[in-house]
Amino acid sequence: MKLELSGSGLGLLKGLAITFRHLFRPRITTQYPEQKLTVSKRFRGYELVWDRERCTGCATCAKACPQGNIEIITSMGTENDYVVDKFELDSGRCMFCGLCVESCPYEALFFSMEYELAKYRRGDLVLSRDQMKRGPDSKPSAYARPKLEPGLPRQTLLIEGSKGSKKK
Amino acid sequence: MALWPFENFWAHFAVFTILIIAFILLMVMVFIWFERRAFGPFQMRWGPNRASPWGALQPVADAIKVLLKEDIVPAVADKWVHFLAPIVGFLPVLLIFAVIPLHNGYGLIPDLNIGILYVVAISALSVVGVFMAGWGSGNKFSLLGGMRVVAQMVSYEVPLVLSILSVVLVAGSLSLNDIVGAQSIPFFVLMPLGFLIFLVAAMAEINRGPFDLLEADSELVAGFHTEYSGMKFAMFYLAEYGHALAMSAIAATLFFGGWKGPGGEYVGILWFLLKIFFVFSLLIWFRTTFPRLRVDQLMSFGWKFLFPLSLINLFIVAGQVILWGEIPWWAIFINFPVAIALIYLWSRLFKLGGGRVEVRA
Repeated sequence: MKLELSGSGLGLLKGLAITFRHLFRPRITTQYPEQKLTVSKRFRGYELVWDRERCTGCATCAKACPQGNIEIITSMGTENDYVVDKFELDSGRCMFCGLCVESCPYEALFFSMEYELAKYRRGDLVLSRDQMKRGPDSKPSAYARPKLEPGLPRQTLLIEGSKGSKKK
Repeated sequence: MALWPFENFWAHFAVFTILIIAFILLMVMVFIWFERRAFGPFQMRWGPNRASPWGALQPVADAIKVLLKEDIVPAVADKWVHFLAPIVGFLPVLLIFAVIPLHNGYGLIPDLNIGILYVVAISALSVVGVFMAGWGSGNKFSLLGGMRVVAQMVSYEVPLVLSILSVVLVAGSLSLNDIVGAQSIPFFVLMPLGFLIFLVAAMAEINRGPFDLLEADSELVAGFHTEYSGMKFAMFYLAEYGHALAMSAIAATLFFGGWKGPGGEYVGILWFLLKIFFVFSLLIWFRTTFPRLRVDQLMSFGWKFLFPLSLINLFIVAGQVILWGEIPWWAIFINFPVAIALIYLWSRLFKLGGGRVEVRA
């Protein structure tokens, strides 16, 4: 006679063994303010990055924006070109669709990798030209700009160096 | 009582009442922290770790938060019953600790000659508080939740008491201090089946672990205390963890030898605390592992599985007591296989129906 073991409470013991093993597994929590994960290379982050040298003031981005968030005012320059006098983005109403970045014919507009830019006042959400200007500190994302991709760090899903990240 | 300076009964009474209330409130906070902290590694996370090192002040923060909350009484509530229910629910928890010996002969009334009977009677009282809460809320779902708690607690009281009875049979006394004194070998080794039944029934009795379907955090609002907020809710929370503490203390007393342990006369309370924490860790482990039962599964498990097994356990222990007088240490080699065989046998005889609903054509 063979003992039929299913349904005799062995499953409970197995479950107990599994949870007990969990006690010694590494913890996967990212302790956010102290530890941060690297976002995707094609991250559609808050705050656009605007390249002043490349921008011709064509206002394609403003036309592409479904919300009409981008305000751009240009005047005639000296060398048969436009000078951008005002370039503002009301990021409070932005839905991060990315149409402005995709539509820019001169690749002058990028998404950024930033995501921690909560503000206390609604007026602070309107980003001025200087806030968006591309400089050494700005971190343009590779969204719709595949050329940038090799220079960006790999996305991480677990904290590097924490007990949670398994080296392969 | 050589160590104790208060020979006067009233001085003894006052000091121990204050000590016990302080002990319970402190231990409940430690338990809440310990449980939340212990859930962390079980679920591969950290648990509370923001308020002070290791999150040790987390229960304090929670207590302050809950004290500052608005106390809402529903317009249709039975005001007095609604007000009294948390008190009636919490009081028995305090009363249980009156008879638990913290050390050899130390406690409020550690030598009460019907100690364990008193514990059983008093702990059953908190059902009244729960039902009052369900009724007094003036809300049919709270009432249903309260009735379910009553059904569960009354059902699991039976195997709980029967497994306690087997301990009483072996120890030959109802006094908790004598029961501890009788344990030269801890009773959970001599009566593994009785200990398992006690543990499962206790988990059901205090509405936690896999038996918390009445206030299932992830499924329901809260069961019987849906309409409670602020301090009154805190009282229920306190009563819940106080009950867990009381059950851990009773299990430590009945099956793990209470204050007994190596290391001199003065460390009995430490051994007792250590055993309480051990039992509570078991409860945490079970709670984080087992899936929640359905109501019909709960009832049939209580009545068809635990109740007959606890009766059989009682008969076996009674037979052994008649045969040998005091159960000898080599009874371990008989009782463990018997326990395993009985659990296996009963799992064959007992079917839950597997959640199928029969539809008639």
